[in-house]
This record gives sequence, structure tokens and C-alpha cells, in this order.
Amino acid sequence: MFRFLNLTLSGVSNGMIYAAVALALVMIWRATRIVNFAQGAMLMFTTFIAWDLAQRHGVNYWVALVVAMVSGLIVGGLAERLLVRPVETGPPLNAVIVTLGLFIFLQGLAGMIWGSSQAHSYPPGFSIVGYQVGNRTLLFAPNDLYIVIAVALLVLVLYLLFNQTPVGLRMRAAAFNPEVARLLGVRVGRLLTAGWALAAAVGALAGILAAGTQPGYVIPSGPFDALLVYGFTAAVIGGLDSPVGAVIGGLVLGILLSWADSYIDNNVEGMYALLILIGVLMVRPNGLFARQRVRRV
Amino acid sequence: MAQQETPAGALVAPKSTTRSDRFGVIGRWTLLRHTLLALIGFGLLLALIEIFSDIQNATWMTPIAYTLCAAAGLTLLVGLSGQISLGNGAFMMVGAYTTALLLEHWHTSHGNLQLIPVFAASIVVAALFGGVVGLAGARLRGPYLAGATLALAIGLPQVVNYQHLSAQLGGNNGIAILAPNPPSSSFDLYRWQALICCVGAVITLWFLANTARSRIGRSFRAVRDDEVAASLCGLSVARLQVLAFVISAACAGLAGGLLAVVKLVAGPGAFALALSLGLLAAVVFGGLGSLAGAVYGSIIVVLLPEWSQDLTNALNIHSDKITNNLPLVVYGVVLAVAMLAVPNGVQGAVVRVRRMVMASIRR
Repeated sequence: MFRFLNLTLSGVSNGMIYAAVALALVMIWRATRIVNFAQGAMLMFTTFIAWDLAQRHGVNYWVALVVAMVSGLIVGGLAERLLVRPVETGPPLNAVIVTLGLFIFLQGLAGMIWGSSQAHSYPPGFSIVGYQVGNRTLLFAPNDLYIVIAVALLVLVLYLLFNQTPVGLRMRAAAFNPEVARLLGVRVGRLLTAGWALAAAVGALAGILAAGTQPGYVIPSGPFDALLVYGFTAAVIGGLDSPVGAVIGGLVLGILLSWADSYIDNNVEGMYALLILIGVLMVRPNGLFARQRVRRV
Repeated sequence: MAQQETPAGALVAPKSTTRSDRFGVIGRWTLLRHTLLALIGFGLLLALIEIFSDIQNATWMTPIAYTLCAAAGLTLLVGLSGQISLGNGAFMMVGAYTTALLLEHWHTSHGNLQLIPVFAASIVVAALFGGVVGLAGARLRGPYLAGATLALAIGLPQVVNYQHLSAQLGGNNGIAILAPNPPSSSFDLYRWQALICCVGAVITLWFLANTARSRIGRSFRAVRDDEVAASLCGLSVARLQVLAFVISAACAGLAGGLLAVVKLVAGPGAFALALSLGLLAAVVFGGLGSLAGAVYGSIIVVLLPEWSQDLTNALNIHSDKITNNLPLVVYGVVLAVAMLAVPNGVQGAVVRVRRMVMASIRR
């Protein structure tokens, strides 16, 4: 029973990270109807920037975090403006291929700058020694609490931004119906760029949080590719369209993976994610929380 | 997708002569034409294998040939049937492990004739696996399919470490296999491997060229261009989409088997996500849906690391970081720029140039 509780708790903190990646994917999907396959590489890149500052130049953890999120804003905005804008209206396959191109490009670039074979470790924000309950140690440390609080705060800020501010209203209008929004004087193009930038910043936060959870996480390919798949799976569980669904999907996925890791085998986490993803897609091809959408003829 | 006829081409078509007028009997009989082309191509490849040194065979011909098998299958899936797959590396892995397991359990030191049933089995197993993936994939569209196959490409290589399978599949080290014996002393191992791979590539291209021009190929295109219209014409959309996955996976299975026989090992490291994305880069670069494009794309993808080495040597950059990652950067730029600027790839440019030349000759 104690083990079960422990696994669930550790699943919650991982799940919050998946939820943050899923949120980034969902924000972009809502704005432009594109799944950003470069998300994993984008947050890998920003995490490398923060790692370089923190480890090589002795910059404070929080400063590095802010720098990562700001560089996420820049990378996301540039990606939308330069690469995605021309394919936004085309067939979905073109957008997929363009984001994959960005994905490989960023991996190669990070490998050129920081090397692609050596795995680096990122310092966690807080202690990773679990809390004590009686004489037993929980699989839940101050760092896990920090992750949960950070992502919860992020969700709150995004909720307020989208629902309580004029900019948020315009962003929703631009995503909901670009033509009408444009007629009403909303600068749709700018808001889409802003949406991508914001999503990339959210991803950057997720990258830093994920990198602190285990040693040897910071490497151009590998863990961050898996993080993209987990984020996508979480987003699909949540229906790709709903921020609340993304958070729930992240938590569900995190807890399921934590259980499967411990009760079955911890070497094949990617297979579990694949099976969960396929399972969800088979039951509801548009995700569990999505409203049924009629495909246009 | 990208392969639709341009309006200009459609206008020119009625005036220009048809293929059968230009080439007589050979132009009318597609099967005969493809067979002749395959034989000529095979003869050229034989000559190349003889001309090239061992090293050139091992670093150029052989990898190009097995990459081409997989890339040609992928171009049929993406370009003709309009479904995306980031998981063809996983199908290759299935083929490679089937080959390795069969050769491992074939207790005699295996002769060359045994390779044929082994490759056939690899193709069948990979095709079955592709059928299962395709059954799931036929329900998915665009980004959902891409995400699911991405999860496949990342998830499947981990299976080798699953506790109940790692003993049979050899974990991260993979399964070693014995080198095939060249039939005569005039063939060294590298030439023999190159020959095996070239036979595989020519047969794959011949098969795919005929499929693409057959009723099935036309049905694929119809489904790609408009699913609703295709199903109104009586085509079973889901069945065709699964079939495309089966064919594509079968080609990838053969590619995987060839790769295993060349590398003499089947291990998970060779089937990382980079392989699947490299195949996609090859197909997009050459021009989606075009077999000739798959040839150019495979050549580029295989030679790019070599060129990257030469380039960094020439520029006096002695940094493994840059040399090893330059190909990745180029793939990325190619994928993005090809989609933005030249959606028909190299083959599109070739066709345009050929049209211009033919028009100027006729005038």
C-alpha cells in the first residue's frame, strides 16, 4: 500500500511535467491546428542554454530558468514567423514535415554546439531527498512539490491570461475564427506568433523541470524525444483541444507510467506510452476529451 | 499533396505525344518496360560494383541500396497514399530482427540460398506488423498518425530490453550474425553484400513501379486526393490505407534484413528515431511519391555524412561535434525548405527541366 502511494506520488510529479509539455502542444494546436513536433527539440535547446549558463558560467538557477523561458519565447516566435506561417493554410502533412525539419535541425545544432554523445546533468531546483513520514521516506521530495506548484501556477497564469485579459480574448478569437477576428481588427498574424512564442516558453519551463528530475537528462536526443512523445500522448488523452484535458492527461499518463515502471518493467517506458496512446486513439480517434468534430468534405 | 499535375502540365498533355507513341510496344506494356529498365539498371549496378573498390562498395553502394528499399516503400506510403509514417525505422527493425533470429537458429553455417527464404520471412513478418500498425493508422489522420508512428519509432527499440525478451533479443548489444559466404573466390565479402543489396533494391523498385502504375496505385492516389470522392467511387478507403502500410512495411522489412546482413548485427541502436526521420528526409528531398526521387534522396542521405566529413576536413575544422551533426542540420533545413520552396523535390525539378528540353526540341 505504501509502495502504491509512493508510485502514485512520483507519477503525479512526472505527470505535471508531461502536462506542461502537453499544454504547450495544445496551445499551438488551438492557435494554428498544427502539432508542433519540434516542441521536444525546442525545449531541449532552451534547456541546453540554461544548462550552459548554470553549469559553465555559474549563473543562478532562477536566472537560468528565466533566460530559458525568454529564449523559448524567441525560438517559438521565430519558428512561427519563418517556418510555420507559409504552411499554416496548406495540407496538414506539410506542416508536420516542416516541424519535423525544425526538430532535426535543432537537434543537429545543439549537437554542434554542445556535443551529441555526452549526457549532462541539470541541477534540480530543490532537494531531491524525499519527505519523511514516520520512519519511512516518501518518493516525493521538495523538488517534486516545486514541480507541482510551478506547473499549477503556470496553468493559473495561462487561465487568467486567456480568460481575463483583452489580449487573451483576442488570441482566442484569432484561433477560433481568424477571418472574422481579422475583420474585427484583431492582428491575427501577430497573435499567432505570440501564441507560438508563449507555448515555447511553457515548453522551456517543462524542459528545465524535467532535466532536474534525473541525472544525465541533458543530451540532444533521447530523453527529450521521449518527453515529446509523453507530452503528445498526454495531450491526445486530453483531446489536443482542451488545456484542462492536457493537465488531466498528463497526470493520468504520469501515474500510469509510474505504476507500469514499477510493477512490470522499467526498461520499456516508451512502449507503455505507445500502447496507451494507441489505446486512447482506438477508442476515440480524436482523444478522450475532444468534442466530436465532423471532418470537412 | 505535392504530386498533383500542374495546370500548365494538364494543358500541355493533350498536345504532347503519349508514352506509347514515343516508345512503341515497350511504351504500351508497362510491365515489360519496367522489367527492361530493372535489367538495365541491374547491369549498370553490377558494373559499378566491379569498378568500385571494397571500401567504396561498403560505404556507398551497399547502404544506398538498402536505404533505397525503405525509402521507396515510404514514398509510396507518404506520396501515393497520403499517409505519413515516422515509424518506418521500426518496420526495418522488425525485418532485421527476423533475419537475425532466423539466421541464428539455422544451425548449419548458412549458405547463400538460405538468405532467400530468410529475407522472404522478414518481409512477411514486417508486412504483418505493418498491417497491424496500418489497421490502427487507418483510423487516424495527419498529426495523430504522425504522433502515433513517432511513438512507435521511439518505443519499439526499447522492446529489446524488456525483461522477458532481452535474453532472446540480445538487449542493447543486439544479435550478431555470421557473414554470408561469397559464392566464388572472385567475390569478396563487400562485393557480395553490395550485390545482395542491389538485387533487393532493384526488385523492390520494380515491384513498386508496377504497383504504382497498377489499379492499386491509382486507387491510392484517388484516396490521397479526396477520401470522400474515392469512397463514392466504390473504393474501400480503409482497406487501401492498410494495404499501403503493408507494402511500405514489407519494403522496410527487406531493408532491415539487408541491413542486418551487411552490418552482421541487429541491434536497437541502428533503428533510432534519426533513421526514420532520415528516411522521411530522403523521400521529401527526392520528391514525394516519386521512385526516382527516392533514389536521389537515398543517395544524398547516405553520402551526406561522407560529404560532411570531407567538408569539415577541407575547412580545417577538426571538431567531431560539427562533423557528426552537420548531416542532421542539413536534413532539417532540407525538410523545412523543401516543403516551403520546392515541394516537388529534386524529381520535380528534373521533370520540369525535361519538359522544357523536350518542348524546345520539338519546336
